[in-house]
Amino acid sequence: MSRELFKFKGGVHPPEHKAESNARPVRAAPLPKKLVIPLRQHIGSPAKPLVSVGDRVLKGQMIGEADGTISAAVHASSSGIVSAVDQQPVPHISGLPDLCISIETDGRDEWVEHRPLDYRALAPADLRIRLRDLGLAGLGGAVFPSAVKLDPGAAQHCPTLIINGGECEPWITCDDVLMRTRADEILQGVAIMRHLLGSTEILVGIEDNKPEAIAAMQAAAARMDFAAEIMVVPARYPGGGAKQMIQVLTGREVPSGKLSTDIGIQVFNVGTAYALARAVHHGEPLISRLVTVTGHVLRPQNFEVLIGTPMHALITLAGDRDGTTGVLMGGPMMGMPMPNLDVPVVKATNCILVQSAELFPPLPKALPCIRCTRCADACPAELQPQELFRFAKAGDFGRAQEYHLFDCIECGCCSYVCPSHIPLVDFYRYAKSEIWTREKDKRAADLARERHEFRQFRQEREKKEKAEKLAAKAQAKRAELAAAPDAGGAAPSEADAKKALIAAALARAQAKKAETAPKNTDHLPPGTQREIEEIEARRAKIRELARQPLESDEKP
Amino acid sequence: MPSPFILDRSSVTQVMAWVLAALLPGIAVYVWAFGPGILVTLALATVTALAAEAAMLKARGYPAKPFLADLSAIVTAWLLALSLPSLAPWWLIVTGTLFAIVVAKHLYGGLGQNIFNPAMVGYAVLIVSFPAQMTQWAAPLELTSAPLTLAQSAAVIFGGDVPKATLDAVTMATPLDALRTGLLQQHTVDEIMAQPIFGHYGGVGFEWLAAAFLLGGLVLWALRIVGWQVPLAFLAGIWLTAGFLHFFDAGRFGAPWFHLFAPSVMLGAFFIATDPVSGATTPRGKLIFGFGAGFLTVVIRTWGGYPDGVAFAILLMNLCVPLIDQYTQPRIYGGAKKTKAPSA
Amino acid sequence: MLAAILVMAGIAVAIGLALGWSAIRFKVEGNPLAEKIDAILPQTQCGQCGFLGCRPYAEAIAKGEADINLCPPGGEEGVKKLADLLGVEPKPLDETHGAPKPKSVAFIDEQTCIGCTLCIQACPVDAISGAAKQMHTIIAAECTGCELCLPPCPVDCITMVPIAEDLPHWKWKHPVVMLKQVSGDSSA
Ligand code: SF4
Ligand code: SF4
Ligand code: SF4
Ligand code: SF4
Repeated sequence: MSRELFKFKGGVHPPEHKAESNARPVRAAPLPKKLVIPLRQHIGSPAKPLVSVGDRVLKGQMIGEADGTISAAVHASSSGIVSAVDQQPVPHISGLPDLCISIETDGRDEWVEHRPLDYRALAPADLRIRLRDLGLAGLGGAVFPSAVKLDPGAAQHCPTLIINGGECEPWITCDDVLMRTRADEILQGVAIMRHLLGSTEILVGIEDNKPEAIAAMQAAAARMDFAAEIMVVPARYPGGGAKQMIQVLTGREVPSGKLSTDIGIQVFNVGTAYALARAVHHGEPLISRLVTVTGHVLRPQNFEVLIGTPMHALITLAGDRDGTTGVLMGGPMMGMPMPNLDVPVVKATNCILVQSAELFPPLPKALPCIRCTRCADACPAELQPQELFRFAKAGDFGRAQEYHLFDCIECGCCSYVCPSHIPLVDFYRYAKSEIWTREKDKRAADLARERHEFRQFRQEREKKEKAEKLAAKAQAKRAELAAAPDAGGAAPSEADAKKALIAAALARAQAKKAETAPKNTDHLPPGTQREIEEIEARRAKIRELARQPLESDEKP
Repeated sequence: MPSPFILDRSSVTQVMAWVLAALLPGIAVYVWAFGPGILVTLALATVTALAAEAAMLKARGYPAKPFLADLSAIVTAWLLALSLPSLAPWWLIVTGTLFAIVVAKHLYGGLGQNIFNPAMVGYAVLIVSFPAQMTQWAAPLELTSAPLTLAQSAAVIFGGDVPKATLDAVTMATPLDALRTGLLQQHTVDEIMAQPIFGHYGGVGFEWLAAAFLLGGLVLWALRIVGWQVPLAFLAGIWLTAGFLHFFDAGRFGAPWFHLFAPSVMLGAFFIATDPVSGATTPRGKLIFGFGAGFLTVVIRTWGGYPDGVAFAILLMNLCVPLIDQYTQPRIYGGAKKTKAPSA
Repeated sequence: MLAAILVMAGIAVAIGLALGWSAIRFKVEGNPLAEKIDAILPQTQCGQCGFLGCRPYAEAIAKGEADINLCPPGGEEGVKKLADLLGVEPKPLDETHGAPKPKSVAFIDEQTCIGCTLCIQACPVDAISGAAKQMHTIIAAECTGCELCLPPCPVDCITMVPIAEDLPHWKWKHPVVMLKQVSGDSSA
């Protein structure tokens, strides 16, 4: 290695637990009876469903199309009949359901027609649309639509391309195993990335605890017609974080609030490169991925899994054991507990980690912060977690933002080292989501204010116009009166006609209502009745209030 | 319960236990150089602290077990005990410890919330209220003919019937007291230093004590329980300030080495100023905090009303911590080269 | 003695000048109080506070004519923010003006709607679309949930539907983990 490596600050060394799962060969998980494919598997807008219940779909057929720029398509992972397009449980910590397409598989696994793309012949913009329609998204965890990341933007090219084979999270080995077994295809994918981004420098960062992967990648790189430097970086969590990998390989930092492309660097996970190669050279959309199933199971190993396969099927495959206390998607540092095991494997599922009381003893209760700053020493973003914690806990979100809350990558190093066992990251997630909600509320309030003001302006204008019209009419009438003094007899006014119309409609509607079940007006519970009365009273009061200025306005 | 799901093995208890362990060499030297009286003081302070802590936790509605098990009360007790004169009467020890735990710790909100170092608050209260009793230091064994046994020390501490002559024979002014008194009597530093209590650097016995605390402190540093910033800056603050004064008028100001090896400095540098709760948290802030405390220590020793200034210096710097922290926020990953101080 | 007085006077004048200069130099520009208050109010425009909308209420507060705890949609948190802004003690919400409710949007039963346009006239933010004799629909994204369209509807076809929590709106809850809160289950 000729190249100098750099260091990132902070970080921790949790026990690796990689050997459990990386020794066994990759096994293809069998086709499940039912696939549940969420439409929101990537960052950005969810895909729009293209199929309806009863449709027959083929393997690899697009069943949800990308909606907007930052989006990606989703595909049927096998052939079968669409059995539902509805809300289903998805792998999210909240346990809330989301829109999914369920497919009863027919066991034939019949492919839709697909053919390789000649990426060199296609215009880059067209190629990117193709990739979006093939559902490519980052497989390292963030699931950002790859087509967007493969756009070098105005600069026309992105000089440095980093392929991230860090995989620093304990327990997870899917990238490790992928590099060991499919190094050539990973690098073919890199060639496509290089083509799209116009990169001149290609750095592949792999942590030094994966010697077999390093050897395989080096051998593969030697077979390529472009130079890709395989760089061995010291294993330290979170060395596989994009920002940390950039810092270690290039010594540069991504400016706060900016993207890595702003400094001419783009980072992709090895899994994404592999998926890209499959997509371009075989025309295959992203319908399967490697998933590590490990922890408290009999045979921890990696599976090639179709997207949409329920998690419990994989755990059964790996041999479930008694004493399971929970299941995480992802690793122990950043993973999310799964609300139930019917949830499907999605593009972001790199690992299913089965917990037991021995492997993951319940965390001790938190004590107050003693300001020991171990968290600050461990923070790779070089923040002051103890201050962020203080502000987040007190609800002082403004100060938390000033202390760079949004630069926190939620890596969990701070919680890991805290001697008071404070779940610091929880507080940051809470604060971030609180800030986002408030911003959303604020935008909604601003919109309401604007619309309210516009309405007032409109009413004002209408009133003026009406007054003018009235004045003109009165003028005309007076002139008329003056001309023909005894033409009398009041014609039925317009208003009366309108009232009659409304009354008629009312009668019709009420008749109709009586037919259809009475909704919310009869047999009201006293509480609701009271509420309605309150609203009425308020309404009357407002009308009262509203009338006063109006009348006084109209007098002169 | 979201991620992370694994924790390092560290805990507050473990941190505090290491601090206590690192004090052991100092305590051993204390016993060897000044007699076993300190053990009585330590035991009394420990018992008082635990009782006060338990009572306060109960009164404030906190569970007692996890907080007693964190050992922080014992650390406070030991630090106070080691700062007090070793033959101080029992009520002095109890009062100081109570004040430290009840007022300085719990009335400020308990573990992690106190802005002042509890042990130093206890010490400051005692020296302000009972200056006379705060001088009952055991004389170094090297300089006494009939050292006190453990039982006799206990008798002295618990106010037993000890003839005044015996007491006078076993207590002695500390080197800092001696220096102060001497200077007030218009002696020069050199004349004062000729007294038997002064050893090579600090004072007979006290030098060894300082060395033992230094050793314990280095252990804590090696274990990454304390950072290097505060102790180094604290010692540098003392050395540079004292050195500066000594350079200009060696007759009126003690030598920097003397200041460094005077009692309480090593203890203060590694065990008291490094108290995380009441100290600065940013790397630069720690340097400022340490240096400021060192500087103020010498200033108070030289011009203040009390012979030693470590406690007051640290308390004064405790006051400045929020300010120091705010203006020394470090640059973050990807941050601008110079970060603006966040607004108040 | 005289010198001392002169020095003191000199210092006083110097500090005074510095203060005066900085008052001009660092003057906070613009938005008068009412605007700042209005920015805190939820803009539901429901009139529960007894004013014609949020802005008139904001102006009344700014003039000191109204209390800060009259807005139910703003809730206790809104009162607290107003108290912070105005530098007064927060007080509990005045329940006579109504209690805070979960955020809802209005929903028109399109089968029953007769297209009378009365709700359109009532809606303070023009969140109802439709024309005379055509059925009306609520633009959910713009509805503030003020309930003002409920009473005028002659056929009672409008109901308030609470906004359900879904994935895009889900948020992390405040972690409840500190020892004080769990003191109940300790063995001590
Ligand atoms: S590690 Fe924990 S106890 Fe220490 S400063 Fe950070 S939050 Fe506080
Ligand atoms: S979770 Fe955030 S604050 Fe904690 S160590 Fe990671 S980046 Fe720093
Ligand atoms: S009660 Fe309604 S109108 Fe009044 S301030 Fe609150 S939201 Fe606005
Ligand atoms: S639709 Fe009804 S509830 Fe919604 S803002 Fe308009 S009047 Fe208020």
